[in-house]
Amino acid sequence: MKAWIPLLLRLCLLALLVAFLSNPLWFEPLLKPLTQNGAPAIYNQGSLSSLAFQHLRTVAIATAAAIVVAVALAILVTRPAGVEFLPLSRSLVNIGQTFPPVAVLALAVPAVGFGEKPTLIALFLYGLLPIFENTLTGLTTTPANVVEAARGAGMTGWQRLLKIELPLSVPVILAGIRLSVVISLATATIGSTVAAKTLGEVIIAGLQSNNLAFVLQGGLIVAALAVLIYDALSALERMAARRMGQGARNA
Amino acid sequence: MGIRFDKLGVVIAAITAYGAFLAPFATFRANRIVAGEPRSILEALPSPAGLVLLVILVAAGLVALFKTPLAARLGASAIALVSLALLIGNAGSYLTPEGNTFARISPASGFWLLIFAFTLLLADVLTRLQLSPVGRVAVLGIAAAAVWLLLASGQWDSLSILKEYANRADSFWNEAKRHVQLALGSLAAAVLVGIPLGILCHRVEALRAGVLNVLNIVQTIPSIALFGILIAPLGWVAANVPGASALGIRGIGAAPSFVALFLYSLLPVVANTVVGLAGVPRIANDAARGMGMTGWQRLSGVEFPLAFPVILTGIRIVLVQNIGLATIAALIGGGGFGVFVFQGVGQTAMDLVLLGAVPTVALAFAAAIILDAVVEQVATRRSTTVAA
Repeated sequence: MKAWIPLLLRLCLLALLVAFLSNPLWFEPLLKPLTQNGAPAIYNQGSLSSLAFQHLRTVAIATAAAIVVAVALAILVTRPAGVEFLPLSRSLVNIGQTFPPVAVLALAVPAVGFGEKPTLIALFLYGLLPIFENTLTGLTTTPANVVEAARGAGMTGWQRLLKIELPLSVPVILAGIRLSVVISLATATIGSTVAAKTLGEVIIAGLQSNNLAFVLQGGLIVAALAVLIYDALSALERMAARRMGQGARNA
Repeated sequence: MGIRFDKLGVVIAAITAYGAFLAPFATFRANRIVAGEPRSILEALPSPAGLVLLVILVAAGLVALFKTPLAARLGASAIALVSLALLIGNAGSYLTPEGNTFARISPASGFWLLIFAFTLLLADVLTRLQLSPVGRVAVLGIAAAAVWLLLASGQWDSLSILKEYANRADSFWNEAKRHVQLALGSLAAAVLVGIPLGILCHRVEALRAGVLNVLNIVQTIPSIALFGILIAPLGWVAANVPGASALGIRGIGAAPSFVALFLYSLLPVVANTVVGLAGVPRIANDAARGMGMTGWQRLSGVEFPLAFPVILTGIRIVLVQNIGLATIAALIGGGGFGVFVFQGVGQTAMDLVLLGAVPTVALAFAAAIILDAVVEQVATRRSTTVAA
């Protein structure tokens, strides 16, 4: 009985979010007290739902690129041919994370111009570390006896990677992707300081016109998206872990 | 045995070749916001210096390319980096027309690529040397001293970023002070509140999930929104609580920035305190109990010291994160290096952006290295005392 409560709360949050994005004017009375001098309570310089869509698209593209590069890099440095690069790649990815997002965005502007591109670069760089670290953990902690058994069964290196090591690492890799997506969702708002079309636009418009209603609605939409996506990916992860657990038992 | 290539060296040599011969070394602009014209190494430097730099770069690239002893690689990367740093200053004074105060010379993509390639080589050597924590901090100190020497000698004064600095020397140091105050002050507040809160969460299980969930949700609120949302409550406090505005609490400015950074800092501190305390071996706790220690004695004498390295890792995460996030404070009038970044973005003056971004990156990087070293030092000392 009790297990239904969190699910119900999430469904309510989802319903609220969809309602707000599709028909923000319903919520105008709620936000009106936060404005001054008759300023608009609902963002009026563009549609919230299309900004939310563009926000999610930016995060999705950057995360997809980060997944491909991070997983490929982690596979490379755990193969015998690339093991030389392991310590260096670890410290490089670590150093990369000390770069503040604002600095990465601002420095990318002269190279690629204003708009979505600098945001994609910053999100891509930030997304790399959690996915790389987790893929590395997954690939290096595959039980030795399982790998030995696969070798004994005559599997080649590629077969072992594709059929044993990667599938067993899926839950850990998913955890890294979840972390990376949540960070990216929040960081993407900063992209609007360099003219990317994300929900940050709403927040910045609010800061510039001293309109708290804008700041709040922009912030809350991003936070709600982050919570929902975090939960959905956690559920996916648990499902993958269960399947892997069963797979190992059957084998 | 024959000649063998170093795998990483192939990458470094390729970047070096491209950076030295194909990409522009410096950019010349007639004033600070017009588009720049590229200059190659030979065009940017007076005649012997350009050739000497090319020879040094090719030699260092070759040292990287083949399997060579670590000492040679260390020397090659250090010499290449130092000559690049010295000569970019010469390019600045050589390219600036006599008596022209509007012309701007800045390092171009080739310079940055070469710096990247040899920093990569240096990082690889340092990783392979497996330096002790003290050694790593010492290397950081040497690098900082070298940069300070170059700045103090005026070698870089003709470069664009330092011309921006010269125009804003006073406000630069004010913003620097503010940036450090915001980052360290909010960290101190988070440690003072977060560690007791973490201990409480460890002891009272009913509290744990609730507190950690709330802090997790705070982390999902985008930073610029959190900074903005806090304007209203703090503005109310300033207007209605006597004495609050005398303390410097205002709706916009440093106060909401400080509170926002504090809120972001809480999760890593509290979560790591809980994890650290949960990781204390049951045997250690039982032994302390058997010796007749009270709850407080166990906490201060056994549990807390054993959990300390994990808590310190949380503090490291917070400090690096705060140094980066403090740049956002500029958006709500909170000051810090972000002021230059956002001014620069607004004026499309990239040198001004660099004036804000470079010190921020340097601070975050130094903080990460120093605290990593401290964490490692503390962790190894703990494990040896526990083993003994």
